[in-house]
Amino acid sequence: MTDVAIRASEKDLRDTDLAAEDLHDRLSRAWGAKSGLIGWLSDVDHKAVGRRYIFTAFVFLALAGSAAALMRLQLARPESQLIGPDLYNQLFTMHGTTMMFLFAVPVMQAFAVYLAPLMVGTRNIAFPRLTLFSYYVYVLGGLMIWVAFLMNIGPDVGWFAYTPLSGPQFSPGKRSDIWAQMITFTEVSSLAVAVSVIVTVFKQRAPGMTLDRIPLLVWAMLVTSFLIMFAMPAVMLASTMLILDRLVGTHFFNYAEGGDTLLWQHLFWFFGHPEVYIIFLPGTGFVSQIVGTFSRRPVFGYLPLVLALVATGFLSFGLWVHHMFATGLPQLGASFFTASSMLIAVPSGLQIFCWIATLWGSRPVLATPMLFVLGFLFIFVLGGMTGVMVASVPIDLQVHDTYFVVAHFHYVLIGGAVFPLLGAVYYWFPKITGRLMSERLGKWNFWTAFIGFNVAFFGMHILGLMGMPRRVYTYQPDLGWGPLNMVSTAGALLLAASFGLFFINALVSMRSGAPAGNNPWGAGTLEWATPSPPPVYNFARYPIVRHREPLWAEGDELPVAHGLMVSQRELLITTLTEARPDLREGTPDGSIWPFIAALAVAVAFICSIFWAIAAVWGSALVGLTLIGWFWPKSVTEDVT
Amino acid sequence: MKLRPVTDLSGLPTYGYGPQSPIWWGTLGFMALEGMGFALAIGAYLYLYHLAPGWPLADRPPNHWPGTLMTAVLLLSAWPNKLVDRAGHEEDLPKVQRLLIVMSVIGLLTLVIRFWEFTQLYVRWDQNAYGSLLWLLLGLHYTHLITDVGDTLVLTALMFTKHARGKRFSDVSDNAFYWYFVIGAWLPMYVLIYWVPRW
Repeated sequence: MTDVAIRASEKDLRDTDLAAEDLHDRLSRAWGAKSGLIGWLSDVDHKAVGRRYIFTAFVFLALAGSAAALMRLQLARPESQLIGPDLYNQLFTMHGTTMMFLFAVPVMQAFAVYLAPLMVGTRNIAFPRLTLFSYYVYVLGGLMIWVAFLMNIGPDVGWFAYTPLSGPQFSPGKRSDIWAQMITFTEVSSLAVAVSVIVTVFKQRAPGMTLDRIPLLVWAMLVTSFLIMFAMPAVMLASTMLILDRLVGTHFFNYAEGGDTLLWQHLFWFFGHPEVYIIFLPGTGFVSQIVGTFSRRPVFGYLPLVLALVATGFLSFGLWVHHMFATGLPQLGASFFTASSMLIAVPSGLQIFCWIATLWGSRPVLATPMLFVLGFLFIFVLGGMTGVMVASVPIDLQVHDTYFVVAHFHYVLIGGAVFPLLGAVYYWFPKITGRLMSERLGKWNFWTAFIGFNVAFFGMHILGLMGMPRRVYTYQPDLGWGPLNMVSTAGALLLAASFGLFFINALVSMRSGAPAGNNPWGAGTLEWATPSPPPVYNFARYPIVRHREPLWAEGDELPVAHGLMVSQRELLITTLTEARPDLREGTPDGSIWPFIAALAVAVAFICSIFWAIAAVWGSALVGLTLIGWFWPKSVTEDVT
Repeated sequence: MKLRPVTDLSGLPTYGYGPQSPIWWGTLGFMALEGMGFALAIGAYLYLYHLAPGWPLADRPPNHWPGTLMTAVLLLSAWPNKLVDRAGHEEDLPKVQRLLIVMSVIGLLTLVIRFWEFTQLYVRWDQNAYGSLLWLLLGLHYTHLITDVGDTLVLTALMFTKHARGKRFSDVSDNAFYWYFVIGAWLPMYVLIYWVPRW
């Protein structure tokens, strides 16, 4: 054979007859990132992007948590002089904004970026460069708002930035512009990741993974991505209108010129209520996976659980007005939104009963992930019950804007999302790093978090009923709120300490945790079929799925497909419902262009806060970087 | 864990068209979220219209002729768009090149017409909320026009290079798919901007 023929046959070499080690070497070369800083910034491996996303989201959690701790220290005593009103306004705005836009949504999407391709049995996420671009846009948006805060121009109008307070008349300066533009950054990022996740789940499932074999967490991520797709445009449109009102003199929210301040609330809450489920549904996905694994049986009621996810997704778009009961609504409207708000408790309750039925009669292994799930069940059910209470207009009018509501949504969000998330970190940490987290520290972590959380937030229900309003930087001693606030601050400090234990556990275990092996928990889904941490190409050969929990059903021998190229990156594309093999399609290599494009987006967005015309030249700049990104770099890209 | 090969995938094609292709689904996803943006902007218009004592909040409604011309050009462009889509499926390069040039010219023409439309609204964006809404709706659609025309121009250039083969024909088809969305999204906007104030 001539050299040219050998080279050609090498290039077209398939995995069919290669031995395991040879296959590993070749796939590692084809799928590996380039070395150096440029290679690191260009790496489109979903696991690398997912790890960075998760890490960054937890950094923002720490920052937002610190803001909360400062607020609690200020409120511990009446008439405290620790923090002034202006800084306090910035702190609660930064806390809410960071938690919702820079932590809760991104961390759930980060887990989707890391886990969804592994769980559906593919080698990379769909549109990996877009996902990398999204990560950089997210980081740059988060950096912008926190740098602004450090420069004392942090937003101070609450995480929902109600007009007219956030409009040009009552918020001169750049604080609200920074907030509005941060929304644009994070929504661009979230929307792009949502599309990538949907296409990954639709088109890249392993052969045989029909719709009724998709893991419940992946279903949750899919429904969440659809919620993002239809909810986030509302806040993006609203924040664009706000910044136009502020920068170029439009009048969308100016009552004097035909605008309306409540239009802001409608658009914001049309996004804001589904946002709660965007955060909560992935949490339910984590719970389903963990409950199944630790009760050693398939989760009871797969079909009702999937239908509950989908129903919750639909219903979440019909509740937004319950955030606006105090604005004065027609009675029919109020009744409708009360009914729909109560209705959504049905699919949520159904999920709880399915998990209880799964645990019933089993001998659940009470490892740390499972403890966090049990904590979730307790806290979330309490938060759900107060949710049904505030769905009623008369009660809502009494407790609106009081600490009762603060207690309610922290029970729902921390209980419904953060506890499952912490459980998820303990559960998948061994897969991501190859090492187990310490169980001893994990149990300390759980109990301090559980006790700290309840001590911090339960008393707030009572404070709210006593009339303590939200967003006040201090209060007078004779109001009698001091003792409960002191208890709440003590609980908050314990909760903060629990996160300290969590971070210490993660850092120490990353270096010296016990080696995990492929499947330390004996789980049934595909991500556990890979080594820990998974190689860059995820699966040496594409798995064939014949059961909902393939690893439990197949025993020690996994059926696989072969015939893919090993000299370049190739993905298997399957059909939408039956996941029949359809195409062997190329997937992009690493590229620095997503990073450059994200920088251009940041320049355009940030400069347009100061000079409106920057939106025009900035868009041209972004357009140029996108051409650089999409222009093919080699002819092989054209045919594969 | 032992791996037991049971299926050979080596005979599968390396690219596909329409719903076979992940890019098609990605494009559909972006259409859905952008369509949601359009729907909400239309909702905002109707909301303020409902609250206003009279409509339009201007001396007269916008001159509909630029918008009508835009509608006609966009509707007529569906035909060459269909042809370029078909030529992409057939992987007929000369036809794809010719039709992409046609679509580029049509695209550039729509950008000019849109500029004319802005001058015929008879209300500035900073005059009142009605003016703000008109500029927002038109601007929102304008960004989509610019994006697709830019994409078409780059794709046209690409199809005259050595890269004009294989999955690039699928890209041509996906680009045509997005243009249908640009046309479809315009029609309710046209009715809203030009005819609702006349009712």
